[in-house]
Amino acid sequence: MRHTISVLVENKFGVLARIAGLFSARGYNIASLAVSETLDPTISYMTIVVDAQDEKILEQINKQLNKLIDVITVTDFTKKDHLDRELVLVKVGCSVKDRQELESLFNKFVGKIIQAKDNTAIIEAVGDQVQIKTLLEVLEKFGVKELVRTGKLVIQN
Amino acid sequence: MIGARILLESLKKQGVEVIFGYPGGQVLPIFDQLYDFDVKFILTRHEQGAAHAADGYARATGKVGVCLATSGPGATNLVTGIATAYMDSIPMIAITGQVGTHLIGNDAFQEADVTGITRPITKHNFLVKDVKDLACTIAEAFYIASSGRPGPVLVDIPLDIQRADAEFIWPEKIEIRSYQPTYSGHPGQIKKAAKLISQAKKPIIYAGGGIITSGAHIVLKALAEKIQVPVTTTFMGLGGFPGTHKLFLGMLGMHGTAYANHAIMESDLIIAVGARFDDRVTGRLDNFAPNAKVIHIDIDPSSISKNVRVDIPIVGDAKNIIGELLEQIKKIPDTSEWLKTITAWKKKHPLAYKHNSSVIKPQYILEQLWDLTKGDAIICTEVGQSQMWACQWYKYLVPRTFISSGGLGTMGFGFPAAIGAKLGCPKKEVFNIAGDGSIQMNIQELATCVANKINVKVLIFNNGFLGMVRQWQELFYKKRYSFTPITSPDYVLLAKSYGAVGIRVSQKTEVRKAIQKAINTDNTVFVDFRIEPEENVYPMVPTGSAINKMIEGLA
Repeated sequence: MRHTISVLVENKFGVLARIAGLFSARGYNIASLAVSETLDPTISYMTIVVDAQDEKILEQINKQLNKLIDVITVTDFTKKDHLDRELVLVKVGCSVKDRQELESLFNKFVGKIIQAKDNTAIIEAVGDQVQIKTLLEVLEKFGVKELVRTGKLVIQN
Repeated sequence: MIGARILLESLKKQGVEVIFGYPGGQVLPIFDQLYDFDVKFILTRHEQGAAHAADGYARATGKVGVCLATSGPGATNLVTGIATAYMDSIPMIAITGQVGTHLIGNDAFQEADVTGITRPITKHNFLVKDVKDLACTIAEAFYIASSGRPGPVLVDIPLDIQRADAEFIWPEKIEIRSYQPTYSGHPGQIKKAAKLISQAKKPIIYAGGGIITSGAHIVLKALAEKIQVPVTTTFMGLGGFPGTHKLFLGMLGMHGTAYANHAIMESDLIIAVGARFDDRVTGRLDNFAPNAKVIHIDIDPSSISKNVRVDIPIVGDAKNIIGELLEQIKKIPDTSEWLKTITAWKKKHPLAYKHNSSVIKPQYILEQLWDLTKGDAIICTEVGQSQMWACQWYKYLVPRTFISSGGLGTMGFGFPAAIGAKLGCPKKEVFNIAGDGSIQMNIQELATCVANKINVKVLIFNNGFLGMVRQWQELFYKKRYSFTPITSPDYVLLAKSYGAVGIRVSQKTEVRKAIQKAINTDNTVFVDFRIEPEENVYPMVPTGSAINKMIEGLA
């Protein structure tokens, strides 16, 4: 099952390595990771998305995260009410004559064209996991040349 | 004041009496300060020896052990010692030199990313990048190492930081917002536990190293006696309950007593205190104590429900919580029938071995050692058969008298740990129970003993084999003794060449005399006992079996 875990940590060097180490030592891959400072610059906020094959191991990782000296709080959002968003940038193939068709997509789907030149267009989209997945599917027919994403961000509602 | 001096002044503020270590290029400023600083420094002959000695000192005294090494190979040589301390929750500070801050990451001479290497085997570690942070870092390191569930903390100090100037400002109080261990148990949980205990018919106390760390042995004994419940301890818990007590079942698990294993399997309530249901204890997990409810008291929440499903978790300090439980238990459970069953098991499945008049049995040596010391000694051990016999055949009466590498099972631990224990407790007789394999792993520390007049008594159970592995090969690999026969030097001559005393014992009749002579000798002594070569440790639970499915073959 896919879990989204947020971790408030001391904003110090080495903290990310400690946290990543708890996952890698158990053979767990981090699917996405977003890190940034909070309003208090001495504290950072991490959002980690991980696929857990074994819930017991994930419970152990959560406890081990809490045990790290530099970790302030750990929250597993999986069973908590929350909003999530991700920002993606997508470069698609798009000739001038296709541009209108591409633009019309955004009446139904999240996103907008932020640059179009030669035979490509760059699209910026912000949405939840379903919206992003749907958008990427409809963009497939234009030919996705490049895709970058921030990883998921969550906030409790 | 320069950084190197700030370090030593900080250690002094922490009350450090002794530092174990080894000099090198990136710790020259520290050693220059040590030259005329008022602290005992013990030069070991290998950094691994320094780490184990600091660990042994910590286990024997309950204080924080300190070791010091240079960068690169000096630091990597500490790694096994740090991992050993980490697995057994031992408070220890490892200080390492590092190349200058401008060189870090450049593959400089004797550079290693030591904070990276030790990240998963320390409770925490620090790289000091500003001399102004040094004193505070040392204070935090000691606080972290010795509080909550203790563990080793490494402080990596680059050369330029050791030389840089700063004012020495010692923080009087340490507070870390992200680290606040829980010491007092949840009152509601304690009440529930007390109720469950009152209703139990076949309860058992399963006590681990947490008893020793928190100093809970006195309240534990009071609890066991009040509610008349049998007590088994883990390997790490030996000494946490008197080995001669009628409620004591000995150690449980893979090489535990048969009656301890039967008792926990048949119990209806396990009161686990400061223990972690390690795989060597539980055997096959899905068969472990099928009818038992579990109360688990531990300071580390991550130990709870890790292996075994727990009914009542109580996070906090063992001594506090047992004290609370003693007050809360109003109705004493009736355990008379249960204790009768246990007495019957004790009669039917005692610890036993086949006596022999011509060869020396290892169990016999330990019986004689017990008879001569009656528990008034510190027993350190190496790892393997000799270690397991030392668990079974010596009785530990009080905490910190049994010192051995449990979680990591580090061969070569016992001898340097004995050095640390002797320095921490100079009035105690300190023995190291060793095999002929393990003793050869840190034998260089004989020089440390002799040079510093640290008189430890090393009893070598010499069977010409890496005995525990040979036992597994005998039982599970068709006696194909692949690289387990091992040769030894002449230990008598070896001891002599270092300036110590060596005694060889080949006859059973000489065993007691030799131990007595070792005790009476004012020097380090190696006693080379030529024991039965293919003696096995029994009982034994094969890996993957339930722990009441023991091989009990009389050796």
